Amino acid sequence: MSEQVFTNCTNAGPVSVYVKDGKVTRMRPLVADEKDFKPWTIEAGGKKYSPPKKFAVAPYVHADRRRLYSEERIKYPMKRVDFDPDGERNPQNRGKSPYERISWDEALDIVAGEIKRVKDTYGGAAISGMTSSHHNWGIVGYKMGPFARFMNLLEYTPVLDNPDSWEGWHWGATHTYGFYWRLGMPEQYDLLEDSLKNAEMIVLWSNDPDTTRGTYTGQDSALWRQWLKEKGVKMVFIDPFYNFTAGVMDGKWIAPRIGTDTCLAMAIAHVWITEDIYDKEYVRDRTVGFDEFKEYVLGNTDGQPKTPEWAENESGVKARVIRALAREWAAKRTILSGGARGGEGGACRQAYGTEWARMMVLLQGMQGLGKPGRTIWGTTMGAPSDTKHWFPAYADLQGRVSTADIAKYVPMNPTKQRLWRLTLPDAVLDPPVSWYGEGFCGQSLEQQFTHFEYPMEGYPEIRLFYRYGGSFMGTMSDTTKWVKMYQSPKLEFVVNQDIWFNSETRMADIILPACSNFERDDVGEWGACGGYTCHASSGCNYRIVVRQQKCIEPLWESKSDYQILTLLAERLGMKEEFTDGRTELDWVKAFYESSDLPGLVSWEEFNKKGYHIINIPDDYKSTPSLRWFAEGRDCDTPDTNNPKRNTEKAKELGTYSGKIEFSSESLKANFPDDEERPVSPKYIPSWEGHHSEMYREYPLQLMSPHPRFTFHCHYDKHTDWLDDIPGHRIKKDGYAWWPARISPEDAALRGIQNGDIVRLYNHRASVLCIAVVTERIRPGIIHSYASSAKYDPLVPGQADSPDRGGCVNMLTPSRMVSKNVPGMTPNSCLIEIEKWEG
Amino acid sequence: MKKYAFIIDIAKCENCNNCFLSCKDEHCGNNWPGISLSQPLHGQRWINIRRRERGEFPFIDVAYLPQPCFHCDNAPCVRAAGNGAVYRREDGIVIIDPEKAKGREEIVSSCPFGAIWWNEEAQIPQKCTFCAHLLDQGWKKTRCVQACPTSALSSVFLEDKELERLIREEGLERYGGERQDAKPRCFYKNLHRYTRAFIAGTVATGDKLRSDCVEGATVRLLKDGNPVAEQKSDAFGDFKFDGLEADGSVYIVEVLSSAGERHTVEIELKKSCFTGTVRV
Ligand SMILES: Nc1nc2c(c(=O)[nH]1)N[C@H]1C(S)=C(S)[C@@H](COP(=O)(O)OP(=O)(O)OC[C@H]3O[C@@H](n4cnc5c(=O)[nH]c(N)nc54)[C@H](O)[C@@H]3O)O[C@H]1N2
Ligand SMILES: Nc1nc2c(c(=O)[nH]1)N[C@H]1C(S)=C(S)[C@@H](COP(=O)(O)OP(=O)(O)OC[C@H]3O[C@@H](n4cnc5c(=O)[nH]c(N)nc54)[C@H](O)[C@@H]3O)O[C@H]1N2
Ligand code: SF4
Ligand code: SF4
Ligand code: SF4
Ligand SMILES: [Ca+2]
Ligand SMILES: [Ca+2]
Ligand SMILES: [Mo+4]
Repeated sequence: MSEQVFTNCTNAGPVSVYVKDGKVTRMRPLVADEKDFKPWTIEAGGKKYSPPKKFAVAPYVHADRRRLYSEERIKYPMKRVDFDPDGERNPQNRGKSPYERISWDEALDIVAGEIKRVKDTYGGAAISGMTSSHHNWGIVGYKMGPFARFMNLLEYTPVLDNPDSWEGWHWGATHTYGFYWRLGMPEQYDLLEDSLKNAEMIVLWSNDPDTTRGTYTGQDSALWRQWLKEKGVKMVFIDPFYNFTAGVMDGKWIAPRIGTDTCLAMAIAHVWITEDIYDKEYVRDRTVGFDEFKEYVLGNTDGQPKTPEWAENESGVKARVIRALAREWAAKRTILSGGARGGEGGACRQAYGTEWARMMVLLQGMQGLGKPGRTIWGTTMGAPSDTKHWFPAYADLQGRVSTADIAKYVPMNPTKQRLWRLTLPDAVLDPPVSWYGEGFCGQSLEQQFTHFEYPMEGYPEIRLFYRYGGSFMGTMSDTTKWVKMYQSPKLEFVVNQDIWFNSETRMADIILPACSNFERDDVGEWGACGGYTCHASSGCNYRIVVRQQKCIEPLWESKSDYQILTLLAERLGMKEEFTDGRTELDWVKAFYESSDLPGLVSWEEFNKKGYHIINIPDDYKSTPSLRWFAEGRDCDTPDTNNPKRNTEKAKELGTYSGKIEFSSESLKANFPDDEERPVSPKYIPSWEGHHSEMYREYPLQLMSPHPRFTFHCHYDKHTDWLDDIPGHRIKKDGYAWWPARISPEDAALRGIQNGDIVRLYNHRASVLCIAVVTERIRPGIIHSYASSAKYDPLVPGQADSPDRGGCVNMLTPSRMVSKNVPGMTPNSCLIEIEKWEG
Repeated sequence: MKKYAFIIDIAKCENCNNCFLSCKDEHCGNNWPGISLSQPLHGQRWINIRRRERGEFPFIDVAYLPQPCFHCDNAPCVRAAGNGAVYRREDGIVIIDPEKAKGREEIVSSCPFGAIWWNEEAQIPQKCTFCAHLLDQGWKKTRCVQACPTSALSSVFLEDKELERLIREEGLERYGGERQDAKPRCFYKNLHRYTRAFIAGTVATGDKLRSDCVEGATVRLLKDGNPVAEQKSDAFGDFKFDGLEADGSVYIVEVLSSAGERHTVEIELKKSCFTGTVRV
């Protein structure tokens, strides 16, 4: 058979897939026709900047072929050997007992039978289920589509996701400048042009864009930063780790102790106020509540002026460096880059992370946020990009099989009960649990103040857990609790549906093998997530919608998620309701037809060629983010979800006052007495930091940022080629260990050498890693990436057994950001470390 | 006759490993008849990204040196193998013939740069082929070059004369220490980031109670009493003299404050270092 080339898309870029005799032989960044590209040009400083005609995908995408054929694939339906739905269930053996291969018929009968039994016995709300955050690309198969549609038909109890990517920004920054419809991120339109034309300095504060790569946009923006470097734009990195962007940008490195960033920010404000070097006119016209904030900074309310010397004591950063930074920032047109999307950043996922995120906005508020070169920009979005042509993205309601209007029938779930992802183990083991906040609060600021309690009055506790994906041992907090939860007899039945074995897979009674996006039909636009991050594909040099062609038949006995759920629905007598009478390819075509693509390319051409590039129009007009606000004009950006846009309030931000709030009106109205998220931001020492009791026994701070060579659990373990990259996993004695980075000082104190196996531990757990001794980490801190896909306890099934897979999240606290802020806090974690003699 | 060569800018390499992984995708599990047999799943690094950290906390930097086969003009591997087992094509690409080289493990050590790997299972020496099988099919670039997001890694196809001009204009260097006689066709920009050392430091005023960074102080580097470089400290009071040979030479760093004070620090340069804070 001759070679065929298919198109597909991953969560970090489009690919061309070469297939010979039914086997994939090559996967490379998508090769598009030269003529299809119309590169944009930005003129700045007498130079013209224009991207090459190619797609710069993330590293792991080049290893996707290996992942496709991985021995870590779930190949067949399986049943835990000591699970019998009609007899002994042995839930205590979840995580411990082996599995046996069963037929699809048997597996589907058991799963459908259990769903029916639980629904009939307790009601649909006794069924719960959830996905992980990131799915293989493609809107038809996306977790929010078929899975949500299926679960809604069952009338299940949904588990609300905590906004883990945004935490401090979501719960904090929204109360300073609105943007709740972006979960606390500012707009990013045309900021590449703004930076090239106007920026003199960029402060990357808790941001490593060369690693986090615009989340879904691969490495297109790496070149933009090269342009900025060549232009001589000074880069400052505030990060306890000398991160990869700092490395290639050759920036100034400032490494604070974890948990003290807010303190550093306060000291910068102190310099600006006392030296009178901030934008007073802007503060007067565009902000409210500055006086209250100023009193605190000057120490008039608590007797402690927030001087650089005070901050040096807390953060370990020299007062003179803080002063120099503050003066440079004020003197030069400075962009603040506070995480992967402008905001985000590991500093927001910790105790009182709200205060840091609020301070990021307020610092720029003092320097004229939105003025040329004075903005908040992640350096990863905001290339010139067409926003007129719409194509649905996975987070758009119109991009989901479960909610889109293209469906004849849209199932509604009447169940009001909710669970909170971070407290799910507590909810099962030790109910009741309660919290404030409706998950991703993207509709209003008030959603953050809704109170929930589980179990909800009139509803049952959950008995059946349908887990789709299985990454949480490596990604949630204090995860020994998840093992305990799974072993609870209260969960009468657990099913796991995934493509690869992940850290939770072996906690299930039945395991179902799904197939990857290369084995089914789909469609998706590169980088576009829609919803709360609308127009995210401006992080790519070109908008490209990819017809994700089925390249090969599903491997082993795997089936597409859609097929699996269809077969279950059939057994439950609701096949037609589930499928809406459509195949996956029918849905692809229906989404195409619902979009603006038919005006640009015919279905036949799109389907055959496999992609369409949406170039910018000749009369493209740049509308830099927040320039409208800084200049007192109506919002002129295409930020479609901004509710004030095109209304009489179009000049306003999304806060109560419509201005930047140094003193938050929304917090004043709802939680006026909250000391932990005060009306005006404060520096509050971490509840698990260098001042806490625990520090005496566990004097090292663990930081666990996003992994450089994988996308969370995606690719780790399932793509062993990555273990050949020194620094992803490191092989020793035939085992691929997870690295923990330690300073030479801390290593010497403990007799640890580079390459030693070490035990990271605290009262919560022990994790075995391989030591990497490096000057890249501030002494007192251990750096080990989050998101190991491998949970490998020395004693399987025993929750507190040391894990040698590298799930460092077993060590992190399950305590929330603050009492009314139910966010995750992995970067507030104290540990000790010792050489492991085994 | 035009020939291929690699051009690699160390200052643009962020160690993303796109090149390394795309090479694996192209060659693992794929035989390219006449050019190469499948690369084993693990253990070979046809493009080997070397890593270096310099300096000490918090005055450090890092550099990455992606190293493919250099496709040397005067290749020791070609000479050592003899008999056409390793040969150089007219376009400059050096190929190990998978058939003729079978069983000849000694070819591995004939490369002074460590670019050849031994395939235990197939009993052949292997290395980067410059993706000759693709170029022969009309591709313009190798897999790794296509995959590089910043163009840190690039290739050219030039007459010797044009290449020489490029080397001059761009200040390109060969990597490979003593064995320049092999004439590698792989040229590096900003090579000092990997091979040389720096002396960095910072200038401040005042004492423990109140100190400030000193911008614009004149900092001179002297060797054997002679000034070799001069800089002004930046806004953070920092200075950094790079591109120095870490051969144990003694340097004097001389800081002149605006008030005319002169402070000196003596450094015996064995590896990149930080002078400490110079107080003026
Ligand atoms: N310590 C620490 N922890 C963190 C963070 C941190 O900074 N530090 N960051 C947090 C953040 S921001 C995030 S987003 C989370 C991410 O954490 P998770 O959401 O837990 O991680 P993912 O890797 O996205 O999980 C994906 C899972 O879905 C499965 N999956 C993917 N595609 C498919 C499919 O097509 N079908 C099926 N059936 N399954 C599929 C994968 O195999 C995998 O099991 O981690 C959080 N955890
Ligand atoms: N390769 C890769 N890219 C990804 C992901 C991935 O898993 N892998 N995940 C994607 C997702 S879901 C998200 S939400 C984004 C997340 O993007 P971010 O939230 O921006 O990423 P993090 O890695 O958590 O943090 C960025 C930097 O902050 C630093 N940092 C951590 N704690 C502190 C602190 O207390 N103070 C300071 N000053 N710095 C600190 C870390 O060292 C790191 O260099 O990334 C996305 N991109
Ligand atoms: S680098 Fe080594 S293997 Fe490559 S041509 Fe030169 S001597 Fe031969
Ligand atoms: S040129 Fe080809 S063979 Fe050589 S390193 Fe690059 S991808 Fe590998
Ligand atoms: S692809 Fe380019 S930037 Fe990435 S590691 Fe290779 S040479 Fe460096
Ligand atoms: Ca390794
Ligand atoms: Ca040190
Ligand atoms: Mo996230």
